[in-house]
This record gives sequence, C-alpha cells and structure tokens, in this order.
Amino acid sequence: MNECKESRSGGYNCVVCIKQVPDTKKVTGQAMKADGTINRAALPAIFNPEDRNALEAALSVKEKHGGTVTAIAMGLPNACEILREALMCGADKAYLVTDRKAAGSDTLATSYILSCAVRKLNPDLVFCGRQAIDGDTAQTGPQIAEKLGFAAITYLEGLEMDGDYAIATRNIGTGIEKDRVKLPALFTVTEKFGELRPYDVRRVMKYKKAKAPAENGGVALEGDRAIGQFSCDDIGAEPERCGFAGSPTNVNKIVSVVLAGGDYKEVPATDEGIAHLVSELIADHTIG
Amino acid sequence: MSNFYSDNPDIEKTIDALDLGEVAELCEEGFRFAKDNDFAPENREDALDNYKRALAVCGDIAGNRIAPTAEETDKVGNVLNEDGTVTYAPGIALAIKLFGQSRLSGITIPYYLGGLNMPCVMLTACNDIVSRADASLMNIFGLQGIAETINSFADEDIKKEYVPKLCDGTFTGAMVLTEPDAGSDLQSVKTSAWQDENGNWFVNGVKRFITNGCGDVLLVLARTEPEFSDGRGLSCLLVERCPQVKVRRLEHKLGINGSPTCELVFNNAPAKLIGQRKRGLITYVMALMNGARVGISAQGTGIGEASYRAARDYAASRKQFGVTIDSFPAIRELLCDMSAELQASRLLAYYSSKCVDLELGLEKKFASLKGQPEAQAVRARMKKYAAFNKMLTPMAKYYASEMSMRAANGAVAVLGGSGYMKDYPVERYLRDSRITTIYEGTSQLQVVAAIAGVTAGLYNEVVSDILEGVDVPADLQAAVEQAKALCKEVDSAVEYVKAHENGKAYHDLHARELVDGAIAAIIAALLVRFASKFPEKTPVLEYWLKTKFPMAGAELAKAKSGYVASVTDFAKIAPAPVNED
Repeated sequence: MNECKESRSGGYNCVVCIKQVPDTKKVTGQAMKADGTINRAALPAIFNPEDRNALEAALSVKEKHGGTVTAIAMGLPNACEILREALMCGADKAYLVTDRKAAGSDTLATSYILSCAVRKLNPDLVFCGRQAIDGDTAQTGPQIAEKLGFAAITYLEGLEMDGDYAIATRNIGTGIEKDRVKLPALFTVTEKFGELRPYDVRRVMKYKKAKAPAENGGVALEGDRAIGQFSCDDIGAEPERCGFAGSPTNVNKIVSVVLAGGDYKEVPATDEGIAHLVSELIADHTIG
Repeated sequence: MSNFYSDNPDIEKTIDALDLGEVAELCEEGFRFAKDNDFAPENREDALDNYKRALAVCGDIAGNRIAPTAEETDKVGNVLNEDGTVTYAPGIALAIKLFGQSRLSGITIPYYLGGLNMPCVMLTACNDIVSRADASLMNIFGLQGIAETINSFADEDIKKEYVPKLCDGTFTGAMVLTEPDAGSDLQSVKTSAWQDENGNWFVNGVKRFITNGCGDVLLVLARTEPEFSDGRGLSCLLVERCPQVKVRRLEHKLGINGSPTCELVFNNAPAKLIGQRKRGLITYVMALMNGARVGISAQGTGIGEASYRAARDYAASRKQFGVTIDSFPAIRELLCDMSAELQASRLLAYYSSKCVDLELGLEKKFASLKGQPEAQAVRARMKKYAAFNKMLTPMAKYYASEMSMRAANGAVAVLGGSGYMKDYPVERYLRDSRITTIYEGTSQLQVVAAIAGVTAGLYNEVVSDILEGVDVPADLQAAVEQAKALCKEVDSAVEYVKAHENGKAYHDLHARELVDGAIAAIIAALLVRFASKFPEKTPVLEYWLKTKFPMAGAELAKAKSGYVASVTDFAKIAPAPVNED
C-alpha cells in the first residue's frame, strides 16, 4: 500500500474535508429533541471517524511524496476543535468555512459550498471520509467531485502515487478494484485505510493556541497559528445555492424509534423449520 | 479501549500534588526557549498544560493502540532471523512508530535535538502509562536514557547525528553493559575496544542479557585501558548497527516477551567514543543506570495499576455464594492493600523523579548564575537534592518493583483459578513483574544503594522537604506527627545498628528493615501532601498509617533485636543440601 512509483517534484497538495459530528455512539434518551432534530447539547461533538482516516490518507501522501495538507471544515466556530486536531496530527493549514447563509444546508448545498472552498485551494488530491456518522448519506464527497469536475473514487482503502496519476485501491463490496486515475481527483476513505496517526506533541504545544477569527472577536491571529476563515462571499458561493435556499431536501417526518423486545418464536433447527421461516419472511416482504 | 491517562485521575492528581511549577521553570530555563520556538511554553501555566496534553497523547496511544496488542506480543515475542537481525512483534513495531510520530520518544531531550524538553517526572508518568498497556514495551520506550546519555556526554557532532533520530523513532537504542561474567559486577567487563593509527575505535567481545540489543544505536561499555582491570579501564562507546555486530541469541524468558533480550557479538565493530576515556562506568553508566532505575519504578507502578484494575473489576462482577466476591472482607483487604500500595508507589516514583529534575535543573541554573550572589543558595539546594536522589532513586525502584509483584500476585489471588489461566492477563502481569526486582540492580542492591542515606538520617530531611509549603489541614496534623514519630523510630534503630558489636555484618543484615522503615515514613509524608490537596485521599493515608506503620515498627524491632544468627549460624539454619551424586 502507498508505494511510490514516481513522485512528482514538489509533491502533492492535498485538501481534506472534515466534519464535526455528534458522537452517535453515545446516544441516550435525550439525543433527540421533541421536534425530531438532534439535541447537540446532549451529545459530545467529535471528529467524524472516517474523516480521520481521510486525514491519515493525506498525511501519508505528504510523508512519502512531499507537498502540503490543508484541512477544511464547514460549520459553527466550534468546528475549530477538529481543525486544531488536524493541525496537531500534521496538517499544514486549516480553514473554517462558516457563514449564517450556510445554515440548514443539505448535502447538495454543503457540497456546493465545500467545492467552492476546495477550488480556491487548487488541490491535486481531495480526501473526504466515506460518510459522516450523523447523516450517513455518503453523498457529500462524490457531489464535491462532480461540481469540481474531478474523478471521484469512493471506498478508498489504499493509495499509490505515480506522477500525475494515483493508483487507488477501492472496495467494491464484492471485491477489490484498482483504479488508475489522473489528478486532480477526490477520494472518499474508509476505516480500512488505516487509523489516524497520534498527535505530534510538539504540534500540540503549538496549535493548542490556534484560533480562527470567529473564535477571536473577528481578529485573525498573526503567524501560522491562524486558522483561516471563509465566508460564502470569500469563496464566491452564490447565496441561492447555500443553506436553506440551496437545499431541496425536505424532511417529511422524523420518528424516534425505540427498540424494544417483542414476541419471539422458536424455529426448529431442521430443514423444514428453516424452509418455513424463509417462506414466512418472503410472505411479509422482509426478504425477496 | 480507553485513554490510559484520562481514565486514571490519580496520575493527574499525583502530578498536581507534587506541584511541578519550579521544575517546569528550571527545565525551560526561565522560559527563554519560547522566543525562538513557537511550541515552547511561555510560562508555568502553559508548561503544565503541555505536560498534561502530552500525557493524554501517551494515554491515547497506550490505551487505544498498544494495550489491544499486548496479549499477542506476549505470545509471539520477537523473532531472531538467520542474518543476526531481529524482527519485532507487530505490536512493538507499531508502538515504536506511533511513539516516534508523537515525539514521545524524546521526552527529556532538548528542543534543538528534536525532543520535548520535558522533565524526568514526565518520562516517569509516560513509563507508568505505557507499562500498564504492555510492560515489555516500556523496556524499549523507556530506553530514552540512551539519547539522554548521548546528549549529556557526547560531542556535539555525535549528538546531532543520533539524538534527533532516537526522538522521532527512526532509531531505537540499547545500553550494552552486562556480559556472561559481568552482571551486577560491571567492573569486570572484558569486552575491549582498540584504536587504529587514525584514531578510529573498534569493539570486540560478547555481551549478554542486552535489552533491545537489536536496536540501531548501541552504547557499549568496553575496556579501552588494558592496564586497568577494574572500572577505571572502561569507556563508553557508541556502535551503530552494522554487519560486525550480530545478535547470536534471543533469550527465552519468564515474562516481558515483547522486549528482545539479546546476546551480542562484536567483531571489530566500528565505534565512536562517548565523552572521555576511563569515565565509562564511573560517570556515564552510573548516570544511565540511575535513570534506568527511575524508569523501573514507573514500570512497576504501571504493572501494579494493570493488576489492581483487573482484580478490582473481576471482584465486582464475579459472584460466589450469591454475592459478588468484593463483598467479602478478605477480598476487600487484598484490594485495599493493592490500591494503597499502588498510590504510594506512584507518589514515591514521581516524587523521586521530581527530585532528579530539581537536581539537574538547579545544576544548570547554578552554572548560568556565574558567581552571582544567589548562586551559592542554588548550589546548596542542588546538593541537597543530589544527596536525596542517591537514596530516593533506589528506594523508588525497590518499592515499586516489589509492589508490582505483590499486586500481580494479589490479582491472581482475587481471580483464583481463572487468574492462573492464560485467558486473563493477570498471569502475564505476574510474569512481567518478576523481572522488575532483578534488572537495573536487584532489590538487595537497591537496599545497599539506599542504606548510606538512611544511616545518615536523610529521610528526616526528605519528610520535611515533602511537607514544606504544604497547607496541612488540622485533621491531618496527627498524621504528620505519626510520620515524624516513625522517623524517630528509624533514628533509634539506626543508632542501635551502628553501635552493634558485629559491625558491618549486622549492618548489612538489617539494612533492609531500616530502609523499609524510612520508606514507610516518606510515603506517609507524601500521602499527607496528597490528602492535603485532595481530601478524598484521606482514607488512603489513614489506611497507610493503620496497616503499614505497625509492620514498619515490627521490622525496626527486628533490627534492634540483636539477632545475628542468620549470618553466624548460617550453615545450621540453612544447611547445604546433601548431594548424593
């Protein structure tokens, strides 16, 4: 995995899109508000797990071939927490995309806004986590690629670089596919790529003080501890394509599903018993 | 899976109770590094915050990445290849990579050589955390003394060539001291080094029981002055891994299977002299060894932590006679003892590390003051801690290592039959703990090293130092008096032993009781300091006073009994076995 056939001089500029998400592993009774939206106060906010793998993919490319790694996150100023984490792991630069106009964005609007930000950074490779654990859509990455006109490689498990091409190992469910893809390209990464490396303690000591203007009374820090900040205007995103205005998704209804034990039935461990169970499952459309 | 720092508040509390503010200021030389390094702390608060963040990184790696590999590492061990190289167990190889990436492989190394410039007490805390995850890993992770020795004594060129690579995990190192006929007695080392006409050094000989002898940077104790047959003829040389060094054998051990223990053969291996000739054993190895002893005090503490947790969790879930076994007084007593001794061990290990930091920091400060009026006071304090360390370092190593054996043994007892099986990790803790009382000087040798300070009454000063500036609440004043009273009992036993007609034999025979008594008093003072800052620790202090002081008293009574027959009637009490062959 990740062997170099031919590096490109100057290395590769990588952008990683990361998201701060509620830790859905810690869902409790208070996780959902009465209106069916997530009660973010009841759940700790974390670095989306597969975005960590995406960051590792970018850092490993930089480690082997040189270049830069830039992390971007869209969200409220709180999202700077994960941008600081990215810097502590080895990202060279971080940007927060934050704007009231972006509020309420679905995956279409989000991918539009992120694509505008990514375009501004002019990368060779873009990495996203396969999907975020709050929405589980897996749409944002491929939609960014579509808007940028980049090839989209999903389910990435391994990556080699070969000059202006990348050789991607992707999981297609029934097997492994190897794709040779011309750069620039976007990859969505799964946990199989490998765990994110630990923080470099020196970078922890430095970047614990990193801040975006939104966290610092609107003032940018001096020096390379500054987390960059983009508004929709900064990246040329058209307001009608951002936030609620740019989001055709309509949530019809949200139901709080409480799993509870119900009736059970014993199936004899015989061919007849199993055949009977299968025909019952076909009859109630569970399978078939 | 959890973070082995954040899930264990005792580590943070111990550090808070010991107050590392002055240590941080000395390490950072008045925070002068912040000017040129944007990661260096600007003040005490900033430095202390960095320390905790570094421990959280260590706890993450240890708990989430390494602990899950420990069982496999123990099982598969390391592999000796035909070409004389060694392949690490996968968990050990992963750990070397992760600790290099995090830069925790160079905790105490100065910034300019790629380290974190943190105090020794931070290395101790990391060793504690790492050893809980996998005690055998500590033998490699804790070898940061190699980089420290190079940093302290080698020429600048050698430092710049090797130290940064030891900090970022590119290299690992080994201290290459013992030989088949030179174990505890290092003065009789036979491995030799010779110099060609161009001044290049070459090493020849065989070394045995070398932890991580397959590492890249070997600090070899070798005879450079054949005319001296003792320690004066030994120098310290750096040998980089090369075809002229082969691992001939990997030892099969009782425990710490992840740590490759190598027999090394040097066949005219090119070498570089570290520091000056003839000072190898006397200065450099003694410094290295003291550092290693501090490391073992942390390793013992970490094994104790792992053992205690396994036992406590098991006792809370295992039901017998319709109740969980932690409701039985006998089990409760076992667990209370494990917990109190574990906390005591951590306090003593961290405090003795802090004293090492104060000695080194004050030494640097004294040098920088260059005859200014306050220099003499700095020097006096430096000398005080230097004297403390000669006693405290062996005490901490001795106490923690013996504690780790008791804790692991206790854990096996709590788990009963299950504890004896490979299905649970406690049998591994028991096997791993056993070495801690042996290497870097056996427990008996730690007593020998500590006894001079004890017979000089130094524990009285140590107790005062621990309690200096502590705002002891009224309800703990009685404990202070008890600690001081025990010191007086030790004083009296010391006087008795010194005056005994059998002289040295009696002194050597009863040294252990005197050292144990002094340790009990020092730990009581540390627990007073702990409970003064964290009132929830008061029951642990009381437990210590009620259960450990009577035992210390009994031991001291033995020292004052005049009984000497273990020496004089040795053959009658311990007759040589009849050999019918």
